[in-house]
Amino acid sequence: MTFQRRLFLGTAAALLAASCNVGAQSPAPIKLGAVLSVTGPAAFLGEPELKTLQLYVERLNAQGGVLGRKLELVHYDDGGEAGKANNLTKRLLESDKVDLIIGGTTTGATMAMAPLVEKASVPFISLAGGVVVVEPVKKWLFKTPHTDRMAAEKVFADMKKRGLAKVGLLSETSGFGQSGRKETLAVASKYGIEIVADETYGPKDSDITAQLTKIKSAAGIQAIFVFGLGQGPAVATKNFAQLGIKLPHYESHGVASDEYLKLSGAAAEGVRLPSPALLIAEALPANDPQKAIVTGYFKAYKERFKEEPSTFGGYAYDALMLSVDALKRAGSTDGEKVRAALEQTKGYVGVTGIYNLSASDHMGLDLSAFRMLEVKGGNWVLSH
Amino acid sequence: MSEFLQFLFSGTTVGATYALAALGFTLIYNASGVINFAQGEFIMIGGMAAAFLANLGVPLPLAIVLAVAIAALVGVLVERLAIEPAGNAEVVTLIIITIGASLTIRGLVGVALGKGNHVLPSFSGETPIAVLGATLLPQSLWVFGVTLVVVLALAWFFGRTLMGKAMLATAYNPLAAKLVGINTRFILLLSFALAGALGAVGGILVAPINYTSYDAGIMLGLKGFVAATLGGLGSGMGAVAGGLILGVVEAMTAGYVSSAYKDAMPFVLILLILFFRPQGLLGKKVTDRV
Repeated sequence: MTFQRRLFLGTAAALLAASCNVGAQSPAPIKLGAVLSVTGPAAFLGEPELKTLQLYVERLNAQGGVLGRKLELVHYDDGGEAGKANNLTKRLLESDKVDLIIGGTTTGATMAMAPLVEKASVPFISLAGGVVVVEPVKKWLFKTPHTDRMAAEKVFADMKKRGLAKVGLLSETSGFGQSGRKETLAVASKYGIEIVADETYGPKDSDITAQLTKIKSAAGIQAIFVFGLGQGPAVATKNFAQLGIKLPHYESHGVASDEYLKLSGAAAEGVRLPSPALLIAEALPANDPQKAIVTGYFKAYKERFKEEPSTFGGYAYDALMLSVDALKRAGSTDGEKVRAALEQTKGYVGVTGIYNLSASDHMGLDLSAFRMLEVKGGNWVLSH
Repeated sequence: MSEFLQFLFSGTTVGATYALAALGFTLIYNASGVINFAQGEFIMIGGMAAAFLANLGVPLPLAIVLAVAIAALVGVLVERLAIEPAGNAEVVTLIIITIGASLTIRGLVGVALGKGNHVLPSFSGETPIAVLGATLLPQSLWVFGVTLVVVLALAWFFGRTLMGKAMLATAYNPLAAKLVGINTRFILLLSFALAGALGAVGGILVAPINYTSYDAGIMLGLKGFVAATLGGLGSGMGAVAGGLILGVVEAMTAGYVSSAYKDAMPFVLILLILFFRPQGLLGKKVTDRV
């Protein structure tokens, strides 16, 4: 052995000893990996998600962390591209060696990440809405948001109660709208609803009167259901008013935000939609099981970022808290133990709803996670 | 009948916004032969700046004037900071630079003004006007009227003023233009300022109908480019015809066929035009000098 080589080995050994020493003094942090769409077309989802994770990782660490260890958030931005999400996941698994992954803001990104995470056997909680994420159940993959199918079911249940059976569907050509359209068509017959018109619009369309004119003249139509997010539904709402359409107007949970009210103004009066509890945090009755947790999150977020939180941030909150809860019950960061603990989550009250997970249900929410809201006097009001 | 009229109103409203976007392409193309892919961003800046200022409480007319000025300034900056340093680069290089400029502008606005949608109040209320059973928003009339004024002003500018003719000469042959004493650098700068201002006017007019967000320029820029190509690059009337045809075809497809095919129509139209009339509907046939 040459002198240089001996010197190198000696230094390496010394460094190793030193690093072990540091490890003994303060235990290595628990590494949470996150791939979110902080920029790009899904930025309005990813941005509040990241802010929420950062806010609560900070808070948890200030309270001493989890299992006596600090949490470390390693996050990457996929810019809304599924391919990039896949590459970044590889990085989280291979070079960052994270203990748990949160993310996949969109269904596309989640599905691109899933095969890698499944192979690496790391617990993975997605923030995407699509049903495909948890159907069929994948061993390591969980999700916190309600699905578009649940939104459609909630709307149809409400229509059935009001005796509306012939419905015109207007859906967005985006992934969200088309997945929603598919689920809506699939569950309609279960509630005795007949879809009498089925039209689409582009996410950036400035005028949807042509489609609405066609829908309103469909034979026997009793209500219109719009499935989209962002500005499109607001344009549609204004076009409703322009055309003087008096049919009951339902929207999806995609526009469950104050932005929708701001964009559509007076035209939104009477619109009904399924929404998570967060949107009406203040208006929830005091005995509501979610009241405390929802108002707590609302206040913390608003205090820190000077803006009102969105449902999407709530998904991230629930993903983080479900992970922490599972880590505590597992008593370690061992992948299989944490996964099993996640799967056994029962009665966990979150911002989005009350979670009861099982081996066959990796989302764990039921229709009670949605509240039916109506716009009255320019504000959201709980409808019954 | 009322159905057909409603589809027509829908198509012309949307078409007029495409036409305004197409006119911006025409302007810079006429001055430099460059297709400015940052044109959509100029439109977005107009709408965003006006909405932002109006939200701050600036009176609407003042907010509009300021927004147009801001967009013109951004046009000047793009020319000064991105196009001019490229020197005598090929037109293709300059086109690629404008793509870079558009990404930069979009990113900066997204960071500075947020990624949500913004509202600009309508200029004269939101009470729909009923015509033979169909309805039209007052804002659509603003869009039609201003588009008409802009087309006439551009025709006058390029046809009757020395500056306009100097601009055309610069596009046709920069060296010869320089030799007869035209300040080609200034002309190029002016064309970007004008395109910025024009884009902003379009963005502001459309914002009350369409809302506006940091990425609103992508779609408007793309459709504007299709409309400009359809009508014939460089022709003002062509841009307007292209925009209106595009809008009406989209609306009729959505109304009579199926909305699923609506977004495919621009591409069908552009393929047809490239096959049968590559110079566009109203474009002049260009022969390359050898």
